[in-house]
This record gives sequence, C-alpha cells and structure tokens, in this order.
Amino acid sequence: MRSPLRLLLPLALASFCGAAVLAHAQSTDLRFANPTRFATQTGETIYADVCQGCHMPDGQGATGAGTYPALAKNPNLSAAGYPVVMVIKGRKGMPPFGSQLTDQQVAAVVNYVRTHFGNDYRDEVTAADALAARK
Amino acid sequence: MSDTQETSIRRRDLLALIGTAAGSAAMYRAMTSLGLAAESSYSGPIRLDGDPKGASVLILGGGLAGMVAALELRKAGYRVQVLEYSNRAGGRCWTLRGGDTYTELGGATQRCEFASGLYLNPGPWRIPYHHYGLLDYCKRFHVALEPFLQVNYNAYIHSTKAFDGKPQRYRHVQADFNGYVSELLAKATSQRKLDEVVSREDQEILIQSLRGWGALDDGLAYKASFATSLRRGFDKNPGGGANGPPRISTPFGLSELLHSGMWQNLLQGNNYEMQATLFQPVGGMDMIARAFAKEVSDLIRFNAKVKAIHQDARGVTVAYEDASDPGKPLSATADWCLCTIPLSVLSQIDLNVSAPMQAAIDAVPYSPALKVGLQFKRRFWEQDDGIYGGISYTDLPIRLIGYPCTGYGDAGKAVLLGAYTIFGVPAYEFTSLSPTERVAKALADGSQVHPQYKEEFENGIAVAWHRNPATLGCSGAWTDDTRAKHYANLCAIDGRILLAGEHASYLAGWQEGAILSSLDAIGRLHRRVLAG
Repeated sequence: MRSPLRLLLPLALASFCGAAVLAHAQSTDLRFANPTRFATQTGETIYADVCQGCHMPDGQGATGAGTYPALAKNPNLSAAGYPVVMVIKGRKGMPPFGSQLTDQQVAAVVNYVRTHFGNDYRDEVTAADALAARK
Repeated sequence: MSDTQETSIRRRDLLALIGTAAGSAAMYRAMTSLGLAAESSYSGPIRLDGDPKGASVLILGGGLAGMVAALELRKAGYRVQVLEYSNRAGGRCWTLRGGDTYTELGGATQRCEFASGLYLNPGPWRIPYHHYGLLDYCKRFHVALEPFLQVNYNAYIHSTKAFDGKPQRYRHVQADFNGYVSELLAKATSQRKLDEVVSREDQEILIQSLRGWGALDDGLAYKASFATSLRRGFDKNPGGGANGPPRISTPFGLSELLHSGMWQNLLQGNNYEMQATLFQPVGGMDMIARAFAKEVSDLIRFNAKVKAIHQDARGVTVAYEDASDPGKPLSATADWCLCTIPLSVLSQIDLNVSAPMQAAIDAVPYSPALKVGLQFKRRFWEQDDGIYGGISYTDLPIRLIGYPCTGYGDAGKAVLLGAYTIFGVPAYEFTSLSPTERVAKALADGSQVHPQYKEEFENGIAVAWHRNPATLGCSGAWTDDTRAKHYANLCAIDGRILLAGEHASYLAGWQEGAILSSLDAIGRLHRRVLAG
C-alpha cells in the first residue's frame, strides 16, 4: 500500500530546491517503493533505478581508480547469457542482484541494455533464461 | 592443591614479575599472549625488533591501513614509499567541510556550503571503546575525542505504517516494549505455564526480576503509573512548588506497538559494536587522517593511479600514472608490496598473484552506502524537540537522522546526518539519483520526522559510495560463505605481495579493521624478512 505522502514528493522537492530539482526523465515513482526488492518492472526503469548508479544514465560507465565498464556499444553483451549471469551473481565490483530482482526483471533489464546505448542485439532473453542462470 | 590452582598461581606470579621488571605495556602484552586479556587482537604498540637490512616496501593506498604500515615500517628501518590515488591522505577516513568540493564518478561536482566549523563524515563516524588499535593511535597522536551518542532516549522512532505516521519517542517504545514483555512473561510464570522449563524456586526470582525490569505493578501489570512514567517519561514533568505534581503518561497498546515494528530500532545500541562508550574526533573524523599524515606524508606520492602490479623472484614493480597528468607511464619498485587498495579496484588491476588469492580478490562486492549532510539555520531538534545528539530512526529510505554530538546549545547553524542507507535496495536507488535529487529525497523523508526541515533547510551534500572515484564502494561485503572460501587466501603472503585494509579483517567497514589488518600484515612480513 503506498502512502499518500509519496504522491506529494515531487511537490516537496520543488518547494525545497526550486527548479534545480526535477524528477529524472527516466525515473519511476516506484523508486523507493519497496525496501527489499526493486519494485519497478520495465527494463528502462530498472536501469534508471539500479544500473545507472554505476554505469551512468548514458551507459558510458565511469573511471576513477577503477572502472565501471561502459555498457554502450559493449561487445560483451553479444552473448545474452553473460549479462544475465552478471546481473544475478555479480562479479568483482559488480554486486549480485539475484535476490532483489525477479527473473522477469532480470530479463527485462538485460533486454533493455542489449537494445539501447548503441547495442542492437535482437535475440531476447526470457525469465526462463534468468531462472536457469540462477542454478 | 589442584593442578589448575597451581598453574594459575604460577602464571600470576610470572605476570607480577614481568609487570615489575618491564612496566605495564609489557605486562599487557604478556597477559594477552597468555590469553587473559583476549578481548582484542590489539596488544599495544607493535614492536618490529631486528634489522630488516635496508629492505624496501612499496605500500599501495594512503588510507589508515597504508599509513599505519608506512609509519611502523619506517620506524623499524625499512625503506618505504606509498602510492595514493587521490590528492589527500586518509582514504575513507574523510570529512567534508564548507569550501570543499567533491566530484563523484560520472562527473557531478558538489561544493560543500557548510558554515565554518560544521562538517559531514561521509565514511566512518564513530569509534567503539573496544577499537583499541585506533584509540591507541589517537592517544599517541593527541587526537582529541569526544563522546558519540548512539542511543538517545528522547530521539524519535518513526514508522510510516504506525501511529498515523507520527514519530514516537525512543523512551516510549523501549519502556513499553520491556514493560509488556515483562508483564506477559511474569503472568505466564505466575499462572504456572512455565513449570516444565523453570523450577518453582527460579520462578519466584524470575517474577521478581520482571517486576523491576518492566516497572510492573503488584498485579504484574504494565500500565500508566508514576513507576512506568519514570521509565517512559511524563506527560507533564515533576516540577517545583505549586506546579510540582506531575501528570503521568499512558503506554501505547501492546498490539499497536507490536504492529508498529518500532521495536526493531531498539536493537542497535545493544550491539557490541554500538554499545557505549563510543567516540568521535573533535572537529571531524579526518583529524585522525591528518594526524597520521603529519607523520608520514613525506612518504606519500599522491595522484598515483596504479595500473599493474608485477612480482618476480627479486622484487615487485608497480606501474602507475599521475592521475592529474595521465598517459605517461611511471613505475616504482621495492622488495615487497603491501597493497591496501580496495578489492573493488584491485580486482581490475593487472596483478600476478596465485589463483587462490586472485579468486579472493574477485569474490567480494562492495556495499553501496550513502550519506547525506544537511545544514539548517538552527538546532530545532534541540530547541523544539529536546534532542541532544544520538539518532532517530525511520522506516523511510533515509533510515536514520543523526544529530550532532557536539556544540550543544549553539544558537547558530548546524548540520544533521540526513540519511545513512548502507545496504540493499534503497541504497542502490539513492545512488542512481543525482546528488541534488539525493539531497531532496533526504529532505522529503526527514521532514516527515521533523516538519521544521521546510523552514530551516539551507544546503546539503550527498556522498554515494559506489560513485566514489577512489574506492568504487563503501566496504567489503563479505558473507559467511565467501569468508569460509576466500578469507585465509586473501590474507596470505603471496610471494612478495600481501594485502591489508578493512577488507582483510573481520571488522568490515570499521577503521579498526584497517589498522588491525595492517599491523598483522606488517608483523608477518617482518618475520618473513628477518627469516631471509
């Protein structure tokens, strides 16, 4: 059940910080809706709520002492199984998200990333692929 | 006389002898090695006796682990050099003040607008009394400490799902929870429902203890009374003269209290890591980093981005570049390498270590902790709410509000910790926002606890650790499983390379972990060097 206060959030933001604060174009009002699982369901909004924290809104990644790889035009995405396993199990600096995303959400965000940011891999992954990768 | 007694007397005699002959530090070390003061693995200032014969150590990372090693190894006669990625010493031992700028990964730059003397510790902010290693360095370097308040009985617990979203005082929740639990247990006992598990004699003692613990009345009930108000507070406090009589307060209903979930927030201060007494350095956590830097900054090469670490039979070569002037290959060599680079970064660096150590380096993700500092025009939490230091808790994504544990009663501006979200879904969601949006979210959430936010807010700054350029995360997120598989391999000496840092400790995310792991590593390294 969503609190009515949540609906006031955009208004509250505007009154605190004026025009400087506007909801991100890709954001979703399901952000912060569930403290244990990501609530949002589409590939685009999952990317905006989770992935862009490190891989950045434009998918370009970032580099400091280490690097968050760019997902944009990334040939490692050509085999769909690779990003599915990465999202579920993580590797090195990439945390595992398997316990916070459903199979459907994993498939949705992988399909989104593989068809955006200059990637054009049209073979879709399914929830069944995500389920299989959990093994 | 039994064997046990004989042994213990002999041991005590020995200790007395050591104490007389060598002073209390030696006595403490001896006690520790004999297992009498085994509370900490810190046993006093490290002693690296013996001549390392000019051996050199290259230390990667100028945080606390790296600086402890630099300090102690140089003292022991080693030739030491430190490479640090950022342009300051201290790593996550860090404080943001007015005038500081912080650029996170992705390029967003925030300028801290705090008034003079106000600060945010984006990383560690408290020091438990049993973090003996860190406290000993503070003592040696004369870093002034003051109490950090973890538990404040007058702070709030807030749930969006209970009491119509109105925050409740910690003391109300705690007194009522203890009171009702005591009542139920005392009544069950007196009704002989626990006969199978508690003897009759013990039942009497149990009931007596619960009557006191829960402030129960003669009928073993927890209800509004002077006695229960002495626990939870009064609606009108006892006063003087004609205005003396207090007005007692009324406990919450048991069911409402249970459903509120607020009892979850009573646990924090009971955890060993959060038990009183805790400390904070006066003026900001980086007073510790500054104190170390005063000792060893001449050894540190700043802006050094490590690209590759290569060892062979003769030594270790580290390829790096100047982060402010990239593209020009630089290198440093030494006989040994102590690497304190966070695993989130080290796992990406070309490194020739054994497969088990590499697997350990690759196995630990880093937590996405987030903190937001908010400056307000006045200390309304003190002036309006009677909250002096400590923490309020909420079920909103900000998780808590931390009040300044210093400067009480000051009439001017002050800074709150407006969000501290360590793990899980909300921390990732916060990180995915821009810094400005994070501050706005902290304001929106916090204003549900303190409506004064709207009137009093001035400026804020947000640090999401996954966006931190030097660490790519907050601290190593070990699990029981990864510890069992990888921890020993991570801490092994691999040829000429060994690792240190909070990630190489069982004190994940604590500065004490960095210090103890570093002391342990250089102790083992020193023995190896002396062994030839």
